[in-house]
Amino acid sequence: MKIIKKLLILILVLTVLWVDVPKNTVIFGRTINPPFNFEIKLGLDLKGGSHLAFEADTSKISQDDLQESLEATRDVIERRVNFFGVSEPSVQTLKSGSNYKIIVDLPGITDVQSAIDKIGATAQLTFKEEASDVKIGTTSAYIAFKSDPVLTGKDVKKASVSYDSTSGKPQVALEFTSEGKKKFADVTKRNVGKVVGIFLDDTTLTTPVVQQEILDGNAVITGSSTTDEAKSLAQQINGGALPVSIKLVEQRNIGPSLGAEEISKSIVAGIIGLSAVLIFMFIYYGKMGLISNLALVIYGFLALAIFKVFSVVLTLSGVAGFLLSIGMAVDSNILIFERIKEEIRKKKEMSIAIRLGFGRAIDAIKDANFTTLIVAFILFNPLNWGFLPQFGLVRGFALTLIIGVGTSLFTGVFITKHLINFFYKRAK
Amino acid sequence: MINFLKYKYLYLMISVSVIAVGLSFVFRFGIPLSIDFVGGSKISYSVNSKVVNLRTEALSEEQEKEMRANIDKESSGEAEILLFETVGPSVGKEAVNKTVIASILGVLAILIYIGFAFKGFNFALSAIVALIHDMFILVGVYAILSYYFNAEIDTLFITAALTTMSFSVHDTIVIFDKIREYIREEGKVNIENSANKALTETMVRSLNNSMTIVFMLLALILFGGSTIKFFIIALLIGTITGTYSSPFVATPVLVWLEKRKKK
Repeated sequence: MKIIKKLLILILVLTVLWVDVPKNTVIFGRTINPPFNFEIKLGLDLKGGSHLAFEADTSKISQDDLQESLEATRDVIERRVNFFGVSEPSVQTLKSGSNYKIIVDLPGITDVQSAIDKIGATAQLTFKEEASDVKIGTTSAYIAFKSDPVLTGKDVKKASVSYDSTSGKPQVALEFTSEGKKKFADVTKRNVGKVVGIFLDDTTLTTPVVQQEILDGNAVITGSSTTDEAKSLAQQINGGALPVSIKLVEQRNIGPSLGAEEISKSIVAGIIGLSAVLIFMFIYYGKMGLISNLALVIYGFLALAIFKVFSVVLTLSGVAGFLLSIGMAVDSNILIFERIKEEIRKKKEMSIAIRLGFGRAIDAIKDANFTTLIVAFILFNPLNWGFLPQFGLVRGFALTLIIGVGTSLFTGVFITKHLINFFYKRAK
Repeated sequence: MINFLKYKYLYLMISVSVIAVGLSFVFRFGIPLSIDFVGGSKISYSVNSKVVNLRTEALSEEQEKEMRANIDKESSGEAEILLFETVGPSVGKEAVNKTVIASILGVLAILIYIGFAFKGFNFALSAIVALIHDMFILVGVYAILSYYFNAEIDTLFITAALTTMSFSVHDTIVIFDKIREYIREEGKVNIENSANKALTETMVRSLNNSMTIVFMLLALILFGGSTIKFFIIALLIGTITGTYSSPFVATPVLVWLEKRKKK
């Protein structure tokens, strides 16, 4: 049994180290990468970017359609956001009290104004002609379109859902205004045998090949797979705007230089603080202090691995929560050592003192850490309840504190116990 | 054994005077609430490699751009945005409500947990008294800081307050755990004696433990970034008062309550 236990610990340590390895580390001439490309994710406050909160005006929407409309709005915003080309944008709907919000996080964006404009913009329907100098080889080939639209949403009188007479699939039927009808006839006449693309906010909706000149001013957009999808598309074309109107209520923009500076400073501060703790523990507790220091280093690596595996987004307050949890991790060890010392003062033998000390300290450690976890859980608000804080700063702090306290319970008690047993049995 | 409880009136005096000074700052000067709670804009520019911090009413992107253009003109340099935050007033009000609810829930949860873990209402009550004491100290000292260094109450301060709560109780539990052990061994004959013994034995641990946390926090204050400086300072105040209140507030209150019960 003991051998199995030791093997398990060894495997754990190796796995943790493997996960912690930074990308493309070269050891003994071999490049090593962490499994599954695990990476530390940095929050907006560390790498710079924009956090935008929009409040949805749900007063004009019936309760039944509410969820659907919000989701549709979210999807539209997401589609628009994807055009900014930022990595890992996030668009979420959030219910807080009776209000609904749409939260948009755009890491690394610089032109916030244009982002806000685009997100809240009116959806633009455009028809574009195929660029004449490009020939279509196969159907899958990339088709280049002229940049100027030949028709826009203004020329459309009405969009509605209809069904294809042969396949029965849902589609969106467009009815043009009288002027639009004329333009459309011209365009189709010019482009028989060629492609005319229909776009919404620069997203390609459909690229049909014009079969003949269309004079009656009717066009259909195929490609919707469900009636709901067709309905939502028709709605967007009709309204031109988002399914739910939104208002910007909060924005936080952090320039990239501030974040970088904060990271390097936090790292320096962390190293200095940690060294002070390690030195203090060694001076005060001697050999046991060294053991605790070893457990603390293991704790650091383990917590880092957990952050990577669960892709915890590290924010500045999160880093603070983590550093605080280091202090609490040491506390478990101090509690245990003081208890062991106490037993030794009572003239107990070392091995008995260790066993008793651990047993007695566990109660206090358990109760104390449990209350910290209670508070951290309330702050983290895991079920995203509307009546509790939902601010990213607070939640980031709470999450790292939870992980920190949980991990420190493991290393401070379990790992330390094994280390003490190992070193003190050897000594005899 | 050291008779810590002999000086209980001294502890009372220290606590009362610190709280009194702090609260006088709160009532005379108030503590400004950050834009998180009242709405508005917070802007940091780097102009000619100097950092300029501004706080205004809620500005739109365009207004900010205009202002930046003016700064560029005046300073004949180029202002780089380090930070630009705008919070609408409705968001702020919501944040206040939620924070209050979170705090009340936290206190209730701690009260119930200690009540059960120590099978005694007096234990829970004394821990909560110490916790409320720490809140008063934290807010009071922060008010002094805010008067001299313009610290604001923002969501991070609330986080620090909640952390202080959990830390304060954390520390108190360690001492109470010891007292509980003595009560188990000797019965509740002489609670004062049990408490003194418990204090004597846990004092080194309490000090050592805060010391490690204080090292960590001091390093962050001295070498860390500027954006969370006041947050870390608030945590430091919380750590110190949390450590102080466990032996010198929670324990005397517990002894007093237990003695009163007997009469």
